Amino acid sequence: MTAIPDVGVTGYGVHLPLWRLDRAQIRKALGSGGGKGTRAVASYDEDSTSMGVEAARRALAGASDPRSLVFATATPAYTDKTNATAVHAALGLERGVSAYDFTGAARSGAGALSAAADSAAAGRPSLAVLSDIRTGLPGSAEERDGGDAAAAVLFGTGDAVLARLAGRGSASAEFLERWRPQGEQSSRLWEERFAEGIYKELADEAVDAALKDAGLDRAAIDRVAVAGLHRRAVKSVTRALGKDATVVDDLAGVIGATGTAQPGVLLASALDEAGPDETVLLLVLGDGADAFVFRTTDALAAWREQRPYAPVAEQAAEGAEVTYQTFLTWRGFLRREPPRRPDPDRPAAPPSARNGHWKYGLTGSRCEECGTRHLPAIRVCRQCHSVDRMAREQVSDLTATVATFQADLLTYSLNPPLTAAVLDFDGGGRAVLEVTDADVAQLAIGDRLEMTFRRLYTTGDGIHNYFWKARPARSADAPYQAKSRTAEAGTEHARTAGEEN
Amino acid sequence: MATHGIRDKVAIVGMGCTPFREHWDKSAEDLLVDAAHAALASAGMRLPDVDAYWLGTMGSGYSGQLLSRALKIDYKPVTRVENFCASGSESFRNACYAVASGAIDVAMATGVEKLKDSGYSGLVRADIPGDGTTVPLTAPAAFGMLAPAYMKAHGLDEATLKDVLTRIAWKNHYNGARNELAQFRSEVPMDVIRNSPRVAGMLGIHDCSGVSDGSAAAIIVRAEDAHRYTDKPIYVKALSMVAGPGDGPMDPGFDFTTIKEVRRSAEAAYREAQVADPRAEFALAEVHDCFTPTELLLMEDLGFSARGTGWRDVMGGVFDLAGELPVNPDGGLKSFGHPIGASGLRMLYECWLQLRQEAPAERQIASITRGERKLGLTQNLGGRPGDCVSFVSVVGSEPSM
Repeated sequence: MTAIPDVGVTGYGVHLPLWRLDRAQIRKALGSGGGKGTRAVASYDEDSTSMGVEAARRALAGASDPRSLVFATATPAYTDKTNATAVHAALGLERGVSAYDFTGAARSGAGALSAAADSAAAGRPSLAVLSDIRTGLPGSAEERDGGDAAAAVLFGTGDAVLARLAGRGSASAEFLERWRPQGEQSSRLWEERFAEGIYKELADEAVDAALKDAGLDRAAIDRVAVAGLHRRAVKSVTRALGKDATVVDDLAGVIGATGTAQPGVLLASALDEAGPDETVLLLVLGDGADAFVFRTTDALAAWREQRPYAPVAEQAAEGAEVTYQTFLTWRGFLRREPPRRPDPDRPAAPPSARNGHWKYGLTGSRCEECGTRHLPAIRVCRQCHSVDRMAREQVSDLTATVATFQADLLTYSLNPPLTAAVLDFDGGGRAVLEVTDADVAQLAIGDRLEMTFRRLYTTGDGIHNYFWKARPARSADAPYQAKSRTAEAGTEHARTAGEEN
Repeated sequence: MATHGIRDKVAIVGMGCTPFREHWDKSAEDLLVDAAHAALASAGMRLPDVDAYWLGTMGSGYSGQLLSRALKIDYKPVTRVENFCASGSESFRNACYAVASGAIDVAMATGVEKLKDSGYSGLVRADIPGDGTTVPLTAPAAFGMLAPAYMKAHGLDEATLKDVLTRIAWKNHYNGARNELAQFRSEVPMDVIRNSPRVAGMLGIHDCSGVSDGSAAAIIVRAEDAHRYTDKPIYVKALSMVAGPGDGPMDPGFDFTTIKEVRRSAEAAYREAQVADPRAEFALAEVHDCFTPTELLLMEDLGFSARGTGWRDVMGGVFDLAGELPVNPDGGLKSFGHPIGASGLRMLYECWLQLRQEAPAERQIASITRGERKLGLTQNLGGRPGDCVSFVSVVGSEPSM
């Protein structure tokens, strides 16, 4: 039995990268492989950590901060070093909030959801961030079927619960279906038919256990969502479970199978569409099976009405095409001639730590004497010259206006030309940031841009340089953001904390 | 407290300047030897006559020993200064003040840069360890930011501004074609400039200054001693150097259509030299045309054109060699080349030649020949728009009454 009956989802958010690869392009280039539809492609400046931050920002919009954070990915940016701490820093969470990685296998996504629910049940609201970049060797099924995405699910208790976790069931088993040798970018697979039967058996066990835990039977299931990288098993299990329930569209034909992130993306899709008092079954296949039974509450519809972001399906429908050769370049399968310029600077650990509030949190300062905002924080006010009279101010959720800009065709960039804009933030302050996910030929003075957390580049010795960039707001999100702004008009948007900088 | 000028207290009595080139066969030391000995010869001096030295370089060597080792200076003070692209001007300024103070009789200011050994395109400098949050914009992109801002502020379309920028580059190449020391010594047709490969925004390779190696040097003495060395000393009327607080990238009030540091340094220099109408009084202006939009803005910031009208004056030929106020008659950074630490002194070298009527006939300035104008200006900038240092000097061929 689930220990605390009112634990459940109190918020969720999904980040789908802007870019889509048309699978037909693969066959065009290679003469074989490929297929129908598109897949989501993380940009050259995204990784599992940066995408996780974007999803988490969406899940936390309007919510209070969690007490713990778990970050799951099969494609961690770092091993040995925790990635969840970068997510923690980018969200501007307090130090007292714990942050742990669940990395290695796609199954960690289900594990992170479970762990976050347990933490919430123990009185510590918890955010599970699930993120993945799926790829394979050029021409492989993995390359074709995979997709890049991140999802974040906030667990808590009480009236804020949108979907109560009514029951859970797991079935774990050791069998060799998929594995990735250390240091390699793509997985190896055993003959697909071998694991199909095993998964069907494990799925039944997990689903039965979860329903028993919830005190429900199969007939009670209104919606069913099945996640997993074993596409054949997912199909047959979905067929069996979907006979008398609505099957949640996994959007695999548009975004691909998003691995570690997929359970979160599917849960979000299900909750985007569910009415009150529905039973939602989320089943995750991968080295076993994990089933979650949720019961939606009355709070769900009102929460959806207020959130400033588009539902998953609308996000999926908005995509910009990336060519196959660009996709290969971004994923490192095609090494291109670099400019005759030095490699970019290696971010040094001490200044990165000293300036962590800026580098990770996009937090500047506001002068307490004259009210001038500085980005990044400085000690001497540029306006009134007061010394050390500053309060911190996070600007990552603010919109900024382009004062001027320039495309740099000469400098080192993973995706030339590097484009920089001088940005004037709403409420004061100016900063110079790179622009991403934009058609730079269309950029103009006066354009309004929002902030996004990115991996700028990786140095020769493997240091990932994370920082914020600016991008045009997604058109899918725009109407929801406008609605949300109207709702909270008049309230101070910027978060402030502490006197020191 | 106030700043007091040193108007007419010191004078230049000798100068030297190497050709600015891709000097594959010369080191920074070799270039310094060439420039310093040319300056000594022009003043009729020997090395032991010089009491103290200044050396401006951004990154071609460390400490005064770059110069003392090269020249084999006999245990005298050598001060190495760095102020980005204004390092050569900083060297000159400090040498002038040392002489004006009375502490020494003869000073030599030198500047050098050896850029072509790096193997990279454009400028490269070693940055101090940072947090990785500064956008790694190259110089053409940083100055290219001026272009969309200027268009927006003054209602120009891109084609018009491109014509203006093209004409600036064309004019500087025209002048450089008449200068044996310049890196690029041929005229370049407008369509070649206009269609050159893009490097940043609307800027092509022909909107950028030349990357080259070179060195220049000047010898400074008290004004009353100047005639011991030459009949035609060049008097220092004003020296102004300002370092900005770096507001541009932080202040939403800064609109990238002006460079405050330039305006402030010009105002101070004009005050010190008692220049009331710069466009009418200067015989020539050697300005920091690192990129074509920079030269356009400088025409307004130095008071040669009213705000928003510099582009009309450029198109009208006001700043041509035969125009009302010739700007960069030696070809400027664009055509003469831009070895960082040497450039500030190179600008003074053109004032030295022109005001003494020693420039080659094909680029002699008519107002000087006719005896109408006797003042020259140099303006040297280091850093980026809104985040820079700026230097302005005024020099003249006659002491004030």
